[in-house]
Amino acid sequence: MPPLPQSVPISWYLTLSAILFGLGVAGFLYRRNIITVFMSIELMLNAVNLSFVTFSYKLKQVDGHIFSFFVMVVAAAEAAVGLAIILTVFKNRQTLEIDEVSSLRN
Amino acid sequence: MNFFILSIIKAAIVAFVLLTTLAYLQWIERKVIAHIQLRVGPRRVGPHGLLQPLADVIKLLTKEDMLPSHVNKVFYLLASFLAGMFALISISVIPFGTEINIGGIRTSMQLTDLNFGVLFILGLSGIGVYGVALAGWASNNKYSLLGGLRSSAQMISYELPLAMAIAAPLLMLNTLSFREVVNGQSGYYFGFLPRWTIFQGPFPQVVSFLLFVVAAFAETNRVPFDLPEAENELVAGFHTEYSSMKFAAFFMAEYANMVTVSCVATLLFLGGWLPPFPPEYGSNYVPSLIFVIGGGLALYHGINPARPFDRITLPVAGIVFLGVAAMLLVPVVAAILLPLFWFAAKVGVILFLYIWVRGTLPRFRYDQLMSFAWTVMFPVAVVNLFVTGLLVAIVSK
Amino acid sequence: MDAILFLIFAAIALGCAVNLVLQTHPIASALSLIGVMGALAALYLLLGGEFIAAAQLIVYAGAIMVLFVFVIMLLNAGAEQESRKRLAAKVLGIPLLVVLLGLVGYVLQNALLPSEGVKFGAFRHGTAQDVGRSLFTIYLLPFEVTSVLILVAILGAVILARKEID
Repeated sequence: MPPLPQSVPISWYLTLSAILFGLGVAGFLYRRNIITVFMSIELMLNAVNLSFVTFSYKLKQVDGHIFSFFVMVVAAAEAAVGLAIILTVFKNRQTLEIDEVSSLRN
Repeated sequence: MNFFILSIIKAAIVAFVLLTTLAYLQWIERKVIAHIQLRVGPRRVGPHGLLQPLADVIKLLTKEDMLPSHVNKVFYLLASFLAGMFALISISVIPFGTEINIGGIRTSMQLTDLNFGVLFILGLSGIGVYGVALAGWASNNKYSLLGGLRSSAQMISYELPLAMAIAAPLLMLNTLSFREVVNGQSGYYFGFLPRWTIFQGPFPQVVSFLLFVVAAFAETNRVPFDLPEAENELVAGFHTEYSSMKFAAFFMAEYANMVTVSCVATLLFLGGWLPPFPPEYGSNYVPSLIFVIGGGLALYHGINPARPFDRITLPVAGIVFLGVAAMLLVPVVAAILLPLFWFAAKVGVILFLYIWVRGTLPRFRYDQLMSFAWTVMFPVAVVNLFVTGLLVAIVSK
Repeated sequence: MDAILFLIFAAIALGCAVNLVLQTHPIASALSLIGVMGALAALYLLLGGEFIAAAQLIVYAGAIMVLFVFVIMLLNAGAEQESRKRLAAKVLGIPLLVVLLGLVGYVLQNALLPSEGVKFGAFRHGTAQDVGRSLFTIYLLPFEVTSVLILVAILGAVILARKEID
């Protein structure tokens, strides 16, 4: 086993972010439950936030933090509306399977 | 390596004191509630029931560890673990006193001084709800589920006024570190009125303090907001299916949250470990005086005992009290104990308020609880924050 | 020390993310996501972003995910059903994903110059003061726009939920 580096390379953080994003995409495509799909989107947003903060470190500027802050705020707004929609869908169709909610009319 | 050893020693002391406090807090609560209701409370185990907490712990430890067959096992076990863990972690950023110097080692009476400690506490209190919510869901029981649902809705609603009530004094003190918060409250107006945030200009934070205390009652699921475990509606709410140590974890979490919230209120609004009036007027002798009075009373009642065993127990307590009073007059010890005394006294007052309210007020109805949060607490908190911000901006110009 | 901490939290984040995708019950996925968020908050701290770490805990883990858990518990819909399509997705998707991520990782390792690594404490501009200063000066307009966005979202959520009551 190679010795651990004294400081963590920036690319490790970015690779982690990429893997998390990939897992988010996989969950988004693979899962059938609307709520889990929604959570996969949140995972992607989180992965992007990690690269924002990493680049902020690399460039020695605080702007990346501001961007991830905005991402959080938008995610909060999105969660509020999205979950309200999911509640309405569930009330109307009694299902959370995304394939069964493919038509606009009942 | 010195840092690690010091940290481990401090963590051990804090953990021991905290857990003992939690056990005895429950004894104090039972005693106080009993006296409010004209009963005597626990008094069989040990003098005045003082060994009752120990007996309770032994009972909970040795009780059969039941695992109901219909629960979701992983989450069922995880829930009690999460509740206990998040409740105990938050004590790590709370400072209890000034920097002290023991045998040449300077250290602060705090496990770690985060410079965003206030945000850390807020974050932990937000995450703490998962223990209760998960317990309600994993128990696979309608009453528990309702308790978990109520708890998560209540926590989200009351976290807003709580955060805003915290933000207002922070605007005036211009920091997020608890130590700096307390340092910003040192000094006195006119030589006697402390510059605590509830008295401090430009806008005394009395409204914030009230908002904080009310929201904190809801955050810790205490009467009159104990809807998640309302026993005459939901059996026992989210912890219906829990027994022995798993129940103890929830119980401990509730009391640990109470202690944390009282500490935060003390630090943010009541000046932490600062005395309520300056040492020139003799505030350093108040603790000794209180202990002397307490010791004197105990001795007097020991000499004229109402019950046979008081003949032994009360004089012993009296001598211990007088000893503490004498210790508080030794300058070296006093430097360490005085801040701790004032801090503990203020925390104790708020904890007593918790118990007093539990003995006095009935429970809210659930719709009243939610409408109170959104139609009273929230607007008041917004206006309060706005006025504070405005005055701070005008004064600092 | 930095590398050990990074590896611990990266492993937690990855494990939880994989668990999120694989679990069939939404509440298990939600808890995994909370785990990812907690681990990411620790990583933000390592990167010097103390305010953003606290915001991650308060906003993401403490508010958004509580809302998710609340809705999952409210609907109490149970686990997902296995469907036929998913076999193909498993057989084709997982190798593709691994290849893609391998490529991304390879490119990242090579494209970035081996500049200075991440050392805890080297970047000290992530405090609440610094973030607040930029937020209320340079980024004031976006900040105000997000507040309008939030207002719209609140209205939308209230209207959607109200329709359900009628």
